[in-house]
Order: sequence, then C-alpha cells, then structure tokens
Amino acid sequence: MIIQKTNVMTRKYWLSIIILISVIYACNKDAITERFAGFQIPANFPEPAYHFSTNEITQNKFELGRKLFYDPLLSRNSTISCGSCHIQTSAFSHHGHNVSHGIDDKLGTRNAPAIMNLAWYNSFMWDGGVFDLDLQPVAPLTNHVEMDETMENVLKKLKASADYPSLFNKAFGEQGITTAAVLKALSQFMLMCVSSNAKYDSVKRGEGKAFTEEEQNGYKIFQHKCNSCHTEPLFTDNSFRNNGLTPTALDDKGRQLVTLNDQDAYTFKVPSLRNLGYTAPYMHDGRFYTLDAALEHYNSKVQQSATLDPLLKKETIPGIRLTDEEKKYLLAFLKTLDDPSFLKDKKLSEQ
Amino acid sequence: MKHILYTAIISLLIFSSCKKDNTNEYNSNNKGELSIEFDNIVGGENLALNTGSYTNSSGETYKITTLKYFISNISLGKADGTTYTVPQNDSYFLIEEGNEDADHASIEVPEGEYKTLTFMVGIDSLRNTKDVSERTGALDPAGTANGMYWGWNSGYIFFKIEGTSTASTADGNMFMYHIGGFGGYSSSTINNIKTVTLNLEPGGTPKVHQGKETNIHLMVDIAKLFDNKSHISIAEHAAVMFDAYSTTIADNYATMFRHDHTEN
Repeated sequence: MIIQKTNVMTRKYWLSIIILISVIYACNKDAITERFAGFQIPANFPEPAYHFSTNEITQNKFELGRKLFYDPLLSRNSTISCGSCHIQTSAFSHHGHNVSHGIDDKLGTRNAPAIMNLAWYNSFMWDGGVFDLDLQPVAPLTNHVEMDETMENVLKKLKASADYPSLFNKAFGEQGITTAAVLKALSQFMLMCVSSNAKYDSVKRGEGKAFTEEEQNGYKIFQHKCNSCHTEPLFTDNSFRNNGLTPTALDDKGRQLVTLNDQDAYTFKVPSLRNLGYTAPYMHDGRFYTLDAALEHYNSKVQQSATLDPLLKKETIPGIRLTDEEKKYLLAFLKTLDDPSFLKDKKLSEQ
Repeated sequence: MKHILYTAIISLLIFSSCKKDNTNEYNSNNKGELSIEFDNIVGGENLALNTGSYTNSSGETYKITTLKYFISNISLGKADGTTYTVPQNDSYFLIEEGNEDADHASIEVPEGEYKTLTFMVGIDSLRNTKDVSERTGALDPAGTANGMYWGWNSGYIFFKIEGTSTASTADGNMFMYHIGGFGGYSSSTINNIKTVTLNLEPGGTPKVHQGKETNIHLMVDIAKLFDNKSHISIAEHAAVMFDAYSTTIADNYATMFRHDHTEN
C-alpha cells in the first residue's frame, strides 16, 4: 500500500513538473512575441524632432510613464488623471467636450488636443507656450482648472506611495523620484503614442491598399487646398495661424499671449488632421461639432482681420472655396486618416 | 630729524605689510568662502514682511506678503582686470524674504581681493531652455523653484512680489508682480534678464582667504521697484505677469541693489 501510494505521488510529482515547464515555456513564448519594440519611426514619416539622446526609451520607463499618465494621484484631490481628458478611444482627446472639465468640474478655455505623434512636434499647446515635451506635463499638472497640483506635492505623493519608489528605481536607478524622472517617464508614454496605421499610411507605404475613387479625388483637393498648412504626412506644419474664426467673448488671443507680439494675435497651432473621426469637436475652442461645419467655415465663414493668414486671403472673399462635391470628396479622404488600431493599442491602455 | 626717521620707519612698515597683503598672502589655488547677503529694505527701513506698511511716490500705501527673486551667473572682478566666474551649476540662488536660509548666495572663490561684483537678476536664457535633468537645486520646479516657474509658457519667474494695497481694486486689495521672460525660444519676446554690476571699493573690498568667511552685504531697496526710472502705480497696475509692462518693472528693480559694506 505504502509503495503504491508513493508511486502515485511520484507520478503526480512528475506531472506537476511537466505542467510547470510547459507553463514557463508558454510564458517565455508570450514574452518573445510581445517583446517591447521601443520607439519606431514609421517608414512614411520624417525624422522625429524629440531629443531621444536625453531620454532613451526603455520598457521600464515607458510603463512607468503609462502608469503615471493614468494615475489620478497626480491631481490635487486624486480625481483627475492625464487620461481623464486625453482618452485613448478618442485618440487621446476629450471627445464631445468643446473645452475640458478638470478638477472640481471646472472648465478650461481650450479644447484638449489629441496626444499623437508628439515626437514630431517642436512646440506644444494651442499657443506653443511649451517648447519641450519634457516640460509639457507641468502645465496641466499645475493649472488651477485642470489638475491644480504642485510638482512638489506630486513628488511627495509618489515617494509616499507603496509601489512607485521601486518602479522609479527600476526605471531610473539611483536617481529615484525626481522632477526630471517623472517628466521623462511621462514623455516616454506620450512619445510612444504613434498613430501611423490609417488607411492613408497603408496606401502611401504600398501595403496593398488603394484609395477609392472618391478618396483619391479628395486627396487631390486636399493637396491643392489644405496641404500647405496641414502638411503630409503629419498633417500639420507645426506653424501658428489665424484661420479666421470670429473671437468669442473670451477673446482668446492665442499665441500672442506667449510672444506678446501683435502679429501673433488670434493665431493658434495648426492641428493635425489625423484621427479627425474620433476627435470632435474641432478648433482650439471646440466650436465646431462636425467636420461639415469645419469645412463650411473655410468655405464661407472666414473672418477678415489684421492677422488673418495670408493663405486665406488669396481670394476677394477670404477663405477657401469648396463646392458641395469637393466637400464630399474631402470628407472621404479625411476618413482615410482615421487609425482605429491606435485606439485599440493595448500597450497604450490603462493596465 | 627724529620725526623724519620715525615717519620713514612707519611708512616702510606699512608699505611692507601692504605689499605682503597684496601678493604673498593670496594663493589663487586655494578657495575661500564668500557669501553675498541680500538685505531687503524699503527706503530707510528694514523690510518687515506682512506687517510693515510703506508708501510709494504715487501716495499708495502697501504691505508686502511675498518677495522672491533669482540671482544667478555670479562673477567677481579683481583690480588687475581679471574676472572669476563662478561655475554656472553652482551659481543659481533663490532669495526669499522671511527665509533665513535664503537671504544670501554662498559661493567659493579663489583667494584674492575683489573690486567688482556682477550677477544676473533672473535666469539666463540658455538655462531656461535646457533639458529638465539640468534643472536641479534652486531650479527644480518641485523644489526651490516651486511657484517660480511658468508651466503654460515654459520659463522661470525671475522676480515675484505680492502684497496688499488700498490702492488696488483687485480681490482682497492684492497686488502682484510676477516678472519673467527670457527672450523666447522660437519667437522672440520680452527679455527681462538683468545684469547688475556693483563697485565694491567704496563699501570695502572683500579679501577672500581659505578657511575664512567673507560676506558682501548688499542692500536691496524695494522702494526703487516703484519709484526709479519710472513711477509704478498699484492702482493702474495691480497685477503684472507675462505682459509688456513687466519690462518697466524689471528696469526699475535692476537698480535696487547697493553695496553697503563687506565683512572680512
């Protein structure tokens, strides 16, 4: 009896070992297939503008940045995270909100811009007030209607938390939890938010897809009438322009607040047209809820003013004339800039 | 004759001791501690935070609740025309009224006698644009520079004064001047970086020796912020931040530093 029992136990023991080995093997296989690929430049994109030499992308830093991005701990009363207003399913914008509501439901004055392809940007915010991605998070973190926190408190809370000290240690070594480490980790997450798998990209990279006739017509109109500001392949030339929106009661003077130069009054950063299908409403103050309304603005509602962009002054009546048919084609083309894979990329989601 | 002899001997002694002082005693390979004290005053009075009441030439009475400013890029000139520039990383200081640890800039300089002192009020444009990893110590927005950094328009606030005045129609009769602007990164804009040079000879030159502390005592007259090149009215300008008028205020405060004496 005793011998028999031992035999059964030995068999069980071997079975467990075999199972354990196969589990470990499977895990390893998973790890290989989902290996962290780091930052990659899409074949149809130019060289990025970001200074990777001072912030080399690593898996630990990126994952720490992702955790910080989604952590409401960063706000004064732990209610708002970066991800509250930059929602992945809206290409990291605040879908449906003309201006965002931050802490205590206070309203800001501008539309939360999409976080995508920031590695190719040389200025940030609608007015370009921030010139380094690493310095960008300080603005929403300390803004009284956004996260209303101080950098000092952010560091204190992170140092006092159960899991962050070891995560920072893993990512940044002995440096630990510093202003630079927090900001560089957040940059890593934002840099990895690359949207480059829209139909447009597949067509341009010759991956077997082709534009439909409508899309192709729209592309031609786009190249003729839009591309000088919304320049391919990022669909912005990173410049600041007054596109003829009538100022509201708030009288937001845009970039002039940053440069104090009258020539910059009412100019705003040219936004990318990528993922337009997910990032409504449009313009710096989110005044247009549909793309039709945005196109109609250029067709018939551009307001003449001292700083109106010269490209909108080419005709007697300012703006860009678009027939209904042209608008239809343009909208078809603009849809090819939507990148559904970006919205579903698990690597960029809250874990 | 006796008198002449005495005079000659005394002169000789003085001469030789002077000579000794100037050349033999200083070893420029050694460094000594030098502090620059920023003693904030208003006209003829010591500045008393929150309690002191002062009046500017526009007849406006005011109290000061906050006073902070950055001092950076310190250099010292010797009589022979040479200049010692403090290594830049060791040359950023936030002066804060009411904080005993922040009323002076402590530096190490080679032994010697210094005749001029030069510093910036504010932060040089290069450091304003440097990588965040080089913003430590006085420049850390999560540390000393907390409240002295603009997140929305990347750059340091060089000079910050807040207070109350019955002349102000703002909430709580507040007035606040947050002055910054390093000239802009990609587009040029206001530059409020001010460089101050003071002649230390009238008030006494610092004689720096290793193992000895020397203190340059400066008086910083806040009254000159309001009344100097321009007269600034709190009623007309209760809040000035990143604004063209800030240059008028910076022009005024650039002249408020005076060397009073040196403690050798």
